[in-house]
Amino acid sequence: MKLTVWTYEGPPHVGAMRVATGMTDLHYVLHAPQGDTYADLLFTMIERRDRRPPVTFTTFQARDLGSDTANLFKTACRDAYDRFRPQALIVGASCTAELIQDDPGGIAETMGLPVPVIPLELPSYQRKENFGADETFYQIVRTLARPVRKTPHVTVNLLGPTALGFRHRDDILEVTALLADLGVGVNVVAPMTASPADIARLGAAHFNVVLYPETAESAARWMEREFQMPYTKVVPIGVGATHDFVKEVVTLTGGKPSLDVSRLHLPWYSRSVDSNYLTGKRVFVFGDGTHAMAAARIARDEMGFDVVGLGCYNRERARAVRSMARDLGCDVLITDDYLEVERSIESLAPELILGTQMERHIGKRLGIPCAVISAPVHVQDFPARYSPQMGIEGANVIFDTWVHPLVMGLEEHLLTMFREDFEFCDEAGPSHHGVVSASRRESCAEPGVESMRPSTIEIVWRPAAEKELRKIPFFVRGKARRNTEIFAGERGLSEIDIDTLYEAKAHYAR
Amino acid sequence: MTAVACEPRPHGCRDVPVLKERGQHEVFCGLTGIIWLHRKMQDAFFLVVGSRTCAHLLQSAAGVMIFAEPRFATAILEETDLAGLADAQTELDRVVGELLERRPDIRQLFLVGSCPSEVIKLDLQRAAERLSDLYAPNVRILNFSGSGIETTFTQGEDACLASMVSVLPETRTRNLLLVGALPDVVEEQAVSLLSALGIGPIRVLPASRTTFESGVGENTLFALTQPFLGDTHAALERRKARHIPAPFPFGEEGTTAWLRAIADAFDIDDETFERVTRAPRTRACKAVAQAAEVLRNKSIFFFPDSQLEIPLARFVTRECGMRVAEVGTPFLHKGVVGPDMALIEGCPVFSEGQDVDRQLDRCRAARPDLVVCGLGLANPLEAEGFTTKWAIELVFTPIHFYEQAGDLAGLFSRPLRRFQSLNLMAAE
Ligand code: SF4
Repeated sequence: MKLTVWTYEGPPHVGAMRVATGMTDLHYVLHAPQGDTYADLLFTMIERRDRRPPVTFTTFQARDLGSDTANLFKTACRDAYDRFRPQALIVGASCTAELIQDDPGGIAETMGLPVPVIPLELPSYQRKENFGADETFYQIVRTLARPVRKTPHVTVNLLGPTALGFRHRDDILEVTALLADLGVGVNVVAPMTASPADIARLGAAHFNVVLYPETAESAARWMEREFQMPYTKVVPIGVGATHDFVKEVVTLTGGKPSLDVSRLHLPWYSRSVDSNYLTGKRVFVFGDGTHAMAAARIARDEMGFDVVGLGCYNRERARAVRSMARDLGCDVLITDDYLEVERSIESLAPELILGTQMERHIGKRLGIPCAVISAPVHVQDFPARYSPQMGIEGANVIFDTWVHPLVMGLEEHLLTMFREDFEFCDEAGPSHHGVVSASRRESCAEPGVESMRPSTIEIVWRPAAEKELRKIPFFVRGKARRNTEIFAGERGLSEIDIDTLYEAKAHYAR
Repeated sequence: MTAVACEPRPHGCRDVPVLKERGQHEVFCGLTGIIWLHRKMQDAFFLVVGSRTCAHLLQSAAGVMIFAEPRFATAILEETDLAGLADAQTELDRVVGELLERRPDIRQLFLVGSCPSEVIKLDLQRAAERLSDLYAPNVRILNFSGSGIETTFTQGEDACLASMVSVLPETRTRNLLLVGALPDVVEEQAVSLLSALGIGPIRVLPASRTTFESGVGENTLFALTQPFLGDTHAALERRKARHIPAPFPFGEEGTTAWLRAIADAFDIDDETFERVTRAPRTRACKAVAQAAEVLRNKSIFFFPDSQLEIPLARFVTRECGMRVAEVGTPFLHKGVVGPDMALIEGCPVFSEGQDVDRQLDRCRAARPDLVVCGLGLANPLEAEGFTTKWAIELVFTPIHFYEQAGDLAGLFSRPLRRFQSLNLMAAE
């Protein structure tokens, strides 16, 4: 039993839903109680999808248990086929149905439906959403993909995009254009946009481009084995990675590397003097393994940040993330425990968090700016405008997104200079965020009654020291407070005066 | 009967046949109630014993409400718990211990059952009793089911309140108990109206803190503020409390009828009633009339969701002049919503339970001007050209009593006004 407040990943059948909902002409019959239909709203509300996910839930009830839940499943399967006429069905159980052991796969197979029926075994009590998506896509490919003649021109499949993916919609466009510049066409994009018929002709591509290893690696490995199709290992997020990706692609095509950088602004923006203030900003990076590692590389090499912590919530990527953290010489955190992430951020006191929607909440509470780099997603992560993460435009988008929560360069100095001016109160936060952040920051800075943390610090701040502390810009104030308290605690002081504050400052000077 | 009336109303229909459906449901399970209950009961913590799905449901339903560490969590069952490698009861003791140590402010803890805990027959009642012995008198530990195999959406609140009824102290004092979790502002309005009528003492269930709880007994009269509290109703009757049946306090008419029923039970004279209610009634009529302008003669279709559907159908037909094509409800408890049913205009289709695809077919055939439905259906229906209202908003927004009557009508009229004001096609 594990006590959980928030979860980074849903159960594995939600991963299967992401695959099914991304695809066309496929239907998912899920043996599950009525409450599990909440998952529909992830797609219709968060992603604003204009259609219901292609999922039939059997919605069995307590009174059905032990009598005819299996029959219920059969009827649901039959009705779903008759109504939706899909090219293929996937069938499986949610956590509750797994316990009643009706064997949806076995039942569906005996029904003699005129289309392929793909049974899914997704162990709900061991695995999670990304596994569910990866496994489902793998099973679909394994069942439907056939050896076929290669396309005359060099083409690839783009693998991994799903419904409810972080910027998948726009990454597909960006990478397709990038490949077109290299003379490489796209055979199939899957799971998102593909029908079962499209899956059948995956083998026509010359190799696979894996955009999201989290959801497509098993399928890519299988095709490598069965169809001798290599797949790409570099995920083109960031300037360096995009160049590496181009190199990787041309080693597979035998063509010449070419990348149109005329629209690429990140390198110059990062060089321009206003960005000086970004130097050595301490950042904490957390997300799915792929996005977190990509972000860490950009943070260090392309933004000049200092990565103080790196982590991911999907254990499947733990090894790669650990080794990267070793290279960066920073703390590593592999966990799906939200409270542990929060504790880690609190103790590292970074100046910027690059995380998920969950870290955004942590940042809000701790008063640390945060930019979102990875799923789990929120309705805000589906902007109307084109905003990929991959390729040239992705790099531009990333620069803007990461800098946005910070105070701009010159503004930072002005705030320090005029901090006593009441109309220029630094509590207001970055000027481009308007007044909302003022009240927000206030409520974040002091954890209210909701805080679970028992207060361990009984050191008293003298009024003068407290006043001096207020003069420190808000974005480092929290850290200064904590450092000073730790400093005082270590020296057995029960009071902090102005001298203690400045001694601590000197002690921690970097 | 009354001196203030919005306009003369014809009679409603009663005892129409109900269409019973048993297909795919598209509704939340009772765990969802935790989202509002944990805000209402400020010293309570809700511990769901369930799966990752349950945790994910809670956070998806909570949506943007994540700004503080919530007073709910999930004890996620793992492989070891299922394989019997770990004794689930011992594990539960450990988790509860961990939790209470972190939250010394908690005075009542609810162990909430889920589908997985019920399928493996994990006895939460036993656990609650054992743990109560351990943590009394500091923490009271109760249990109820919010599982999807037993409960639908708002039934979670019903199960929770019913579990509290059994531990309320016995009293012989004559009192009025208002039952149902309401936003504070609304609750205060109700209490002040009833106090002005000279009714008291008034207590509410759930109270914001255990220390404010009331006793219950044969001299207790209770009024439901929500139509989904069938089990709580039964539990209170078992404690000998007496129910005051009434239409639910939505809109001017509903609020007046609800207050009237309570006033009658407490022998309040007409003159007092008139004096206290006249001003807010007039205000409510006016506010509803304004918001209802665009609703008149429009048709509406309710998908089953919260069990508020029947009282709301009464409100929109009688006070807003709408026509109801179909009113779906997860359960139809005539003892509770009978008075509302009797008032509904125009005999719509009443359906209980759901077969979502067939219901969608009926909805498409009826082509209503407004569809009230869950979040999973709203955008897809909008994309088909329907105008929709999310049912969940009716649960989360203050809509009861006179001062909110206009807001309630506004919730229905806003989507229609928006539809009329957008001119997107011309831009294409
Ligand atoms: S329906 Fe059952 S398994 Fe699903 S979230 Fe609700 S309680 Fe949990």
